[in-house]
Amino acid sequence: MFTTGAESLLLQAREIRDEELGKLCTRVCALLQKEDWGPDALDALRRLFLIVSATKYSRRLGKPCVALLQSTLCSPACPEQLQLLCAAVLREMAPSDSLSLSCDHIQNTRQLGLVASVLLAQGDQQQVRSLGQRVLKVLESRQPEGPSLRHLLPVVSKVTSLAPDALHEEQTRALSKRLGDWLRYASVQQGVAHSSGGFFSTPRARQLGPVTEVDGAVATDFFTVLSTGQRFTEDQWLNVQAFSMLRAWLLDSEPGGSGAPDADDKSELEGSTRSVLSATSTASHLLPPQEWLREKAFEYCQRLLEQSNRRALRKADSDLQKACLVEAVLVLDVLCRQDPSFLYRTLSCLKALHTRLRGDPAWVRALLPVAQFFLHHGEAAAVDADAVYQHLFSRIPAEHFHSPMLAFEFVQFCRDSLPLFGRNLGVLRTSFPNLFKFLAWNSPPLTSDFVALLPSLVDAGTAVEMLHLLLDLPCLTAALDLQLRSLQAASERPPWDVSIRAPGCLEAFRDSQAQGLFQHLLRAQASGTVERLTPLYRLLQPLAGCARVVQCAEAVPTLLRAFFSAVTQIADGALASQLALLLLERSDSLYQVPGYEAGVHRVLSSQFPALCKLHPPLVVEHAKELLEFVGGPRSGGHVLTSVVWAIGEYLSVSWDRRCTVEQINNFFEALEALLFEVTQSRPSTTLPKCPPQVITVLMTTLTKLASRSQDLIPRVSLLLSKMRSLAQSPATGSMPGEEDAGAVRTRATELLNLLKMPSVAQFVFTPSVEVSEPRYHRDTNTALPLVLRTVSRLVEREAGLLPG
Amino acid sequence: MVHVFLIHTLRATKAEEGLCRVLYSCFFGTENSPNDPQPHGAERDRLLRKEQILAVARQVESMCQLQQQACGRPAVDLQPQSSDDPVRLHESPCGAFRLTAGDPFQEPRTVVWLGVLSLGFALVLNAHENLLLAEGTLRLLARLLLEHLRLLVPTANLLLRADCIEGILARFLPHGQLLFLNDQFVQGLEKEFSAAWTR
Repeated sequence: MFTTGAESLLLQAREIRDEELGKLCTRVCALLQKEDWGPDALDALRRLFLIVSATKYSRRLGKPCVALLQSTLCSPACPEQLQLLCAAVLREMAPSDSLSLSCDHIQNTRQLGLVASVLLAQGDQQQVRSLGQRVLKVLESRQPEGPSLRHLLPVVSKVTSLAPDALHEEQTRALSKRLGDWLRYASVQQGVAHSSGGFFSTPRARQLGPVTEVDGAVATDFFTVLSTGQRFTEDQWLNVQAFSMLRAWLLDSEPGGSGAPDADDKSELEGSTRSVLSATSTASHLLPPQEWLREKAFEYCQRLLEQSNRRALRKADSDLQKACLVEAVLVLDVLCRQDPSFLYRTLSCLKALHTRLRGDPAWVRALLPVAQFFLHHGEAAAVDADAVYQHLFSRIPAEHFHSPMLAFEFVQFCRDSLPLFGRNLGVLRTSFPNLFKFLAWNSPPLTSDFVALLPSLVDAGTAVEMLHLLLDLPCLTAALDLQLRSLQAASERPPWDVSIRAPGCLEAFRDSQAQGLFQHLLRAQASGTVERLTPLYRLLQPLAGCARVVQCAEAVPTLLRAFFSAVTQIADGALASQLALLLLERSDSLYQVPGYEAGVHRVLSSQFPALCKLHPPLVVEHAKELLEFVGGPRSGGHVLTSVVWAIGEYLSVSWDRRCTVEQINNFFEALEALLFEVTQSRPSTTLPKCPPQVITVLMTTLTKLASRSQDLIPRVSLLLSKMRSLAQSPATGSMPGEEDAGAVRTRATELLNLLKMPSVAQFVFTPSVEVSEPRYHRDTNTALPLVLRTVSRLVEREAGLLPG
Repeated sequence: MVHVFLIHTLRATKAEEGLCRVLYSCFFGTENSPNDPQPHGAERDRLLRKEQILAVARQVESMCQLQQQACGRPAVDLQPQSSDDPVRLHESPCGAFRLTAGDPFQEPRTVVWLGVLSLGFALVLNAHENLLLAEGTLRLLARLLLEHLRLLVPTANLLLRADCIEGILARFLPHGQLLFLNDQFVQGLEKEFSAAWTR
């Protein structure tokens, strides 16, 4: 496909020198000047386009060349291929100051469309507006059945989306009226077929009969995009285009922008009266243009809803039916927002539609706009849409998590509709296990969306359960994989990872003992309970190397950070305690995916101190659990470092009056033992070398504890001198590297110095709350670093004076 | 409304040689805000557009690679076995993702992409679009381009066939307008296109 020959062609085009480009331009000029529109010109223009578009830096083509390109574009006799290339080259050079293209004198609508594409690329609002005016003039001047008006409608749509004020109100109203006509009154006969005739017969035109529906039946009502035939008339083309631009047009052409004052003015009473009036279509031809268009659009959407019920003969038409259904519901939503009188007529048919769609898995993507409609209008219509949301959140994610497009649309729906959920937010929140299935299966495209969604999903009642599930997300991915394998028959392109066969896992999935745990993991709603999934980690180990699981594992640290930043806003003391304990518990109980534990530990180690800061008494409250954690076996250093630091920081009477000397002593002993263990043990293949941060934080914490329970000071001084001498002698293998040893030495010295003045040590290590707020520039007496530095200098000078 | 249509190279894995190259791109209208006080140089605007397109192409490439990896599909899946083998577009990897405001476009956008035989096709759309229609249109464009440019032939090259691409876009995605075309309309337009193209 993309051979090295093509790669070299691209590079050639980028590196072509100005002289060669100049030669090509001259050649192009010569050919276009004498209107030689044969294959030479085509070839030259193709090369020119490649050269101009291949590089991101601008190319100079010379004024005569640009002028000739413009005149060729506007010339009536030039073949389409060359005109397209001229337009493409001019567009590629945009925005360009030397463009003098004008659309004023072009009559051919196809050419006008091409010129428009160049002008729209210039980025000049004024040009856009004048283009819009010109196009409308051409539209208005033609007969409604005139040829090729379909080249112009997309231009109008683009112009109004780029410059909403490009058209005057009068023009907008006139075009709205015509759009309504095209939507509703297109011909129901197929276009005329011209057969060229054989040797003996004359060419004649054949009438092909009426248009058909997608299932082959003769059309029962007016023409829509779901009507088929062998040939189409011009007004049927306009019908297709009008519907394609309808939603954008309705939104852009509202007077005063999207907050239409017209709709706001109508009171409820008036709305209900109008609904009685508009229920009869005889009054419709008396409507002003905007209302006329809305009425016709409404009828069109009703017809599409009916047509989407038919069984299409071709697959492409079946796909189009779904797209049309979605669009019809979206247009109805806009119509009801602009004119609440439509609501009465729409609700019943949408409820029927929902019932029809929910049973059919092929139409699942169409359920989202229906749910959105009920979100927007349910309150106003006093309709209880609970059943809709229940079905949406409890069934769909569990059955369709493996479809990437549905997953994306579902998550976007949740994000966009957040402000509208109101009292239904509870349904969204309790369905987080189901929502996480989308994330577990499709993590790369959905991670950033979930980071934005998490703050709204986090709730004090479910936070603990959610954290467990987030930590188990890769395990959920593996379980979903197994679920798919066990449920689906083997198809040619199964959604699970085909490179990994896991027969043992499938058996485990069906095993009755593990059933309960699997069901808990794959639950649809927050259950309020927490289960230890450790047995599952073992069972699912063969799938841990699976690419999808690894991708999910890479996304989890980001999600954890988002979770914690959301939960710390709403957590009270009790919740902070629970979460902190959860961190400790889970730090060594994780699904073993390569690289996962390290990533999670990094996040947990920064979050544990944050939780302690939120609720400092938790260190004292859970002293027992912390002692167990410190004394027990562990693999990673990050979490331990932050736990030890938190102990040193918050285990004091100033943070919690219940802190006893006994507790301090207990911790001291445990940490002392730990310090000996990490420094004395020889590094082996199973135990990694101890990072110096662990040693220094242990020393600092021990010193802090000693400053609070002063009997311990002699012990800790001894310990520190031992550490210092250990760091000085390179014989032990536990402290590699001169830098690390130096850091330990320096820290040990500082701490020893501080301990020489116990009351200062206490002040330094357990500062009161006022002191620990940095106010260096305001109050030098209470600045901690200054105190530290002064003490160090004092002690060193003193030490220098003392003998030995 | 489509803002950009682009075609770019798609490597099977990150480890493969080469860079992601944009082979064709088309901007439908520009993104300048109406009350933009600072007049930008024309060159700078163009440079910005090209960079934006390349950023999108790279993201599409990595999304496609990740999706293929996750499905365990071997890298060779992206190469055609023979030119007679019909490419089954409804089985090609496809997906969508969101671009936040400022990264790289001023306003939030959605990208819908399709990966076919070491080429990536992508549409950059408004944030709230009918994605079913966008997906269908993208598949249609890919099929038409594969057929009319005869991209399955190993020596085929779309770099010098911009007129063909432009012709298809002008009919099936005029000015970035997504059209609701049923099968018969598509056939009619295709016939029209084939008739107008001499080569």
